[in-house]
Amino acid sequence: MGKNIQASSGNRKWISTAGKLLSLVLFFVVFQLLISFNVVNDYLFSTLVKIGINIILAVSLNLITGFTGQFSLGHAGFMSIGAYVCAIITLRYYSVWGFVCGLLAGAVCAAIVGILVGLPTLRLKGDYLAIATLGMAEIIKILFRNVLDKWTNGAAGLSGIPQFVSWPWLFVLTVGTVILVSNFINSSHGRSCISIREDEIAAESMGIGSTKYKVMAFVTGAFFAGIAGAMYSSYFFYIDPDLFGFQKSIDILVIVVLGGMGSISGSVIAAVVLELISMFLQAYPELKMVIYGALLVLIMLFRPQGIMGSRELSLSFLKKWTGRLGQKNGGAA
Amino acid sequence: MEQFLQQVINGISLGSIYALMALGYTMVYGIIKLINFAHGDVYMIGAYVGYFCMTNLRLGFFPSLLISMLVCAILGVAIEKIAYKPLRNATRIAVLITAIGVSLFIEYGTMYIASPNPRSYPRLTGFMAKSYQVGGLTFSAQQILIIIITVVLMILLQLIVKKTRIGKAMRAVSLDRDAAQLMGISVDNTISFTFLLGSALAGAAGILVGIYYNSINPLMGMMPGLRAFVAAVFGGIGIIPGAMIGGYFIGLVEVMVSGYVNSMFRDAVVFAILIVILIVKPSGLLGKETREKV
Repeated sequence: MGKNIQASSGNRKWISTAGKLLSLVLFFVVFQLLISFNVVNDYLFSTLVKIGINIILAVSLNLITGFTGQFSLGHAGFMSIGAYVCAIITLRYYSVWGFVCGLLAGAVCAAIVGILVGLPTLRLKGDYLAIATLGMAEIIKILFRNVLDKWTNGAAGLSGIPQFVSWPWLFVLTVGTVILVSNFINSSHGRSCISIREDEIAAESMGIGSTKYKVMAFVTGAFFAGIAGAMYSSYFFYIDPDLFGFQKSIDILVIVVLGGMGSISGSVIAAVVLELISMFLQAYPELKMVIYGALLVLIMLFRPQGIMGSRELSLSFLKKWTGRLGQKNGGAA
Repeated sequence: MEQFLQQVINGISLGSIYALMALGYTMVYGIIKLINFAHGDVYMIGAYVGYFCMTNLRLGFFPSLLISMLVCAILGVAIEKIAYKPLRNATRIAVLITAIGVSLFIEYGTMYIASPNPRSYPRLTGFMAKSYQVGGLTFSAQQILIIIITVVLMILLQLIVKKTRIGKAMRAVSLDRDAAQLMGISVDNTISFTFLLGSALAGAAGILVGIYYNSINPLMGMMPGLRAFVAAVFGGIGIIPGAMIGGYFIGLVEVMVSGYVNSMFRDAVVFAILIVILIVKPSGLLGKETREKV
């Protein structure tokens, strides 16, 4: 009997994994075909790239803010590190390997800065941490603009960055980030992070080193933000320090809050929805920000948990279905 | 030496403006533990109202100052009633995000209505256009005006907070909200009054910076707002004299860095100060250590 249940649950898991994989492959192939036949033209593809980048940024910020409960307003700072490092490397070494190196180096640099910033500042609580991370991002921006201008070309920015981000790259990096982050959250480390969000003192008294896990989440988030930045610089040819200001951090935060703090699928949905909204509001940039602001206030007033709350969208209908099958089988046996 | 003293004068005038704004941050934080991100935008609205009064209505400086303080006070109370009051029992992150939303809404709403282009304040006339030489130092009339108005407003604020009933209520609510409520203090009214005071001061700061720098734009509140917040944290957030000291300190630092190093680094230095303070003494210059109780 016990064996039977185990077998059926293993079976269910297998079915759900296979289903997920299949739908991902299908998704990839469909879009690849659409791009090949030019149904998705350059303009739509650039929207797709923005969506992908925003998904990575939002998911990584969600890890810090939504799951670990550490309010960061400096995510754009990490993004800018990835963007600049990747741009500088690919400008020197114009090849796919240059891009791969740039991508990794950018992400690693962002993670290193994440450690340096995280260790002292993560001792701060709530809004103090928010302000400290905000300050950190501003300092990074000023460094890129005024101190490192030998490499970054100062306020004028870097242009002519070789373009390597194509649909396969975009797909692999975005999906890879989502899978890695959700696996992290479902691991014991991830559960420790969630316990810190729920009650830091209680978590500490249960023997969870809160600083360690906070820094871990922060650094992981910074790493993926670095990847997003590298993708940005490699797709849009041009970067300057002001692209990665306070405004950008807020944009990312809006996605996380709208999607639901503590929901990966919420972040993905919100990234798609918001990018589509801003695509339609392209002609009125001010109106877009007014709507953004109003949206933030309205979400907080009427649905503070966001679209998804802390729930996840999953293939639960499949699970239910296979579950019912399993039950029937069990009953019959 | 003369140049240094001149910089000190400039620093004090700029610091006065930061101090006025920092007071708003510190009072609001003291009473509902919220970093009011929209405070910098109230200051921007103050500058715009002042501009409107002085150019379109052709009013003098002092009536414009009063109108702009009044409008900002109303705006501040409205923001509090609409956006923050329903979230009184929500998590602090929720309120903070709301504040960011309000800030974006005001900034870009202004940009939509009044165009993103900077506007310049009308040329000042009469005694306000003069400047005075004292032993090689130049005091412009605007600087004197800024310093005097700031000091007068601060004294008024101290009188309100220390001597009046509502001031006593403010202090009580910031000390312990539940106990204050049990003593029959209307907490909601007290919080609204705090926003009223803070926003009126921000409005005054807005119009003062308008006549001082002569140029205003819809995003002008962002960075000064953050610097004023740093000032409030520096002095010990929630403590009124701390905000004044912090404001002058940040103003002086900014002017010194711009004057002797490079004006591009002033924000970096201000934020570096913030991070150092937060790490070394998060309760600020005048703050007391508090222990967290389980």
